[in-house]
Amino acid sequence: MDSGGRVKRFQHGSRVPGWDDSVDLGKDPAPVPEPAVTPVPEALRAEIEGYMARYPDRRSAVIPSLFAAQRHYGWCSPEAIDQVAAVMRITPAYATSIATFYDMFETHPPGGHDVYVCTNISCSLRGADELYLAMVAAAESSEDINVRGFECLGACDLAPMASVDGVYVGPLENSDAELIVEDVRAGRPVLEHKQLARRRVADPAANSDDFPATTTIPDTVPAPQAGPPTPPERGHGEATATEDEPAQ
Amino acid sequence: MTDTARTHLLLHDIDEPGLNTLEAYERRGGYSALRKALGMGREDVLEQLLESNLRGRGGAGFQMGKKASFLPKGSMDKYLVCNADESEPGAFKDRELMQKNPHQLIEGIIIGAYATEANRSFIYIRGEYELQADILERAVAEAQAVGYVGEGILGSDHTLSLVVHRGAGAYICGEETALLDSLEGKRGNPRLKPPFPANQGLYQGPTLINNVETLCNVPHIVRLGAEGWAEVGTSSSTGTKVVSVSGNVRRPGNYEVALGIPTRDIIEGLAGGAPEGRRIKFFFPGGSSSPVLTAEEGLDLPYDFDAMAKAGSMLGSGSIIVVDDSVPVVEVAKKVAKFYAHESCGKCSPCREGTNWTVKMLERIDTGEATPMDIEIMASVQDQIIGHCLCVLGDSMAMPIGSMIVKYRDEFEAHIEQARARNGLGPPVPEAETVALAGAAADTGPK
Repeated sequence: MDSGGRVKRFQHGSRVPGWDDSVDLGKDPAPVPEPAVTPVPEALRAEIEGYMARYPDRRSAVIPSLFAAQRHYGWCSPEAIDQVAAVMRITPAYATSIATFYDMFETHPPGGHDVYVCTNISCSLRGADELYLAMVAAAESSEDINVRGFECLGACDLAPMASVDGVYVGPLENSDAELIVEDVRAGRPVLEHKQLARRRVADPAANSDDFPATTTIPDTVPAPQAGPPTPPERGHGEATATEDEPAQ
Repeated sequence: MTDTARTHLLLHDIDEPGLNTLEAYERRGGYSALRKALGMGREDVLEQLLESNLRGRGGAGFQMGKKASFLPKGSMDKYLVCNADESEPGAFKDRELMQKNPHQLIEGIIIGAYATEANRSFIYIRGEYELQADILERAVAEAQAVGYVGEGILGSDHTLSLVVHRGAGAYICGEETALLDSLEGKRGNPRLKPPFPANQGLYQGPTLINNVETLCNVPHIVRLGAEGWAEVGTSSSTGTKVVSVSGNVRRPGNYEVALGIPTRDIIEGLAGGAPEGRRIKFFFPGGSSSPVLTAEEGLDLPYDFDAMAKAGSMLGSGSIIVVDDSVPVVEVAKKVAKFYAHESCGKCSPCREGTNWTVKMLERIDTGEATPMDIEIMASVQDQIIGHCLCVLGDSMAMPIGSMIVKYRDEFEAHIEQARARNGLGPPVPEAETVALAGAAADTGPK
């Protein structure tokens, strides 16, 4: 697929340039990329192999590996997909089928920062639709901020809320949209006083003491665990798929 | 709500700084239940789980002990998977439990795995919960370092590996068989049941899948004993429940209550009721997939599994979404339908097509193109989804939408008429009247 700009569907009538690029019926399906001709950055290869060792079946590592590639390249580019496929010994088509199924994988180059505004029911009951429009307007001039309306992010107690580069903030006013853009541009932590990590439980009877409202956040994410304690071999049951072909 | 120590098991002192570290958790008596369980023997722990009558907190409400006892005995690779893919609109209890007290969950997983002889466990956490996944990964590393997770745990014959696996944004992966497919590295499509995961689950092996809150209760059952734990709640809905209240209430958030207390006490008492000057119109008692209950029929019911089922709804994940009288029911229906249409995996036609057409019909109402007959069609579409798919995602839309149509039919009809007028389409003038008006116009003549 064309990795460049996103072409709106139907914008050119039915003749969207490149719409039939991938449909070359005479072409063989892409095989597992040849490791010798698919250079993979050493750090990325090590990370993917670390994930593969965590599971009884290496294919379970496809989601973490695509995340790793996405962190490395910014999005799941065709090159990134090829590299994951080469290390994991799966077809690029299989990796693409995963990357296109899950919402958090970007199959087009996105802006540098992600702002997911929850527009699901609990948030919209508290004004999320207006917040989303305010957020889009505030980020309009910032090419590198990617504002998306998102399904329930599981923080209805902060409604309306948003996830800014993975950090949950809320409850938000429409005027917070500008502040979020400013914080993101300045590289500051986003709306610190409204971050989920600092929020106390709502139930007044839960705490026996008046604890200060802070939550320790891990400084660093631990590296992928070393292998599981038992040898990573298939215990029983036949493989769910053959070596290179996805199941079914 | 007299004794908070008994009604607050999971949320007890949850805001204590550093509770998410092993040191603080152990200082508060953490992992003593694990030691007790390892001394009891596997069958006895399973017996305690059965006796406690702990029902799954993820939505289905199936007894956890019974589900665990379905796993075949014998030495083979068995799996325990913790379903932390909390994506149901309105649910956010697991997020709080994992973020603030991750070791409680890990201890529950280790004990649950011990009871079922599982040797590999996974926490499937939704990808958006980055903060919580980071905290869990660190907690698992801590538990591994001191030997709570690994080979021969505390000198026993119990061996367990534990991996935190992040999802990547797909609601359907909260469905247990879709979760297993996703964990195996596939697209999250539900599987045909049977075989049930207890027999053929992850990597075709016997698998126990439980929700975060269910597993968090396990250490408390072992610690208090099944009987002591089950003192709280009703006879068929034992224990406490963390309830997520959101929507049009003054104090949205997580509250832990004994099952069976009046729903009014939760919505109006704890969460503060509707905002100033508004009235509660209806609420979803168990997340956006539960049929709605009007304020009149629902507020005075006891909040437990059976009472909600009897009222034609369900307790589900225990997530109450409150809607007040300022919100048109059609808007709520549209939000719900759009969500499920977006999240349908597309495998079964009734769900894929039914959710999409429901959205289109609801949008037609807004543009004024709908007729009262559309309500009939929409209701019949819901009926044709329920029970006709591999999983319950389609039902999750059909049940609330169906209940809204039944309970707020007048409002749907009025909404259609208003939208027609608003869009200049006007109500169609009946034939007979047109003739009479034409005649009248001729008589009066133009001025």
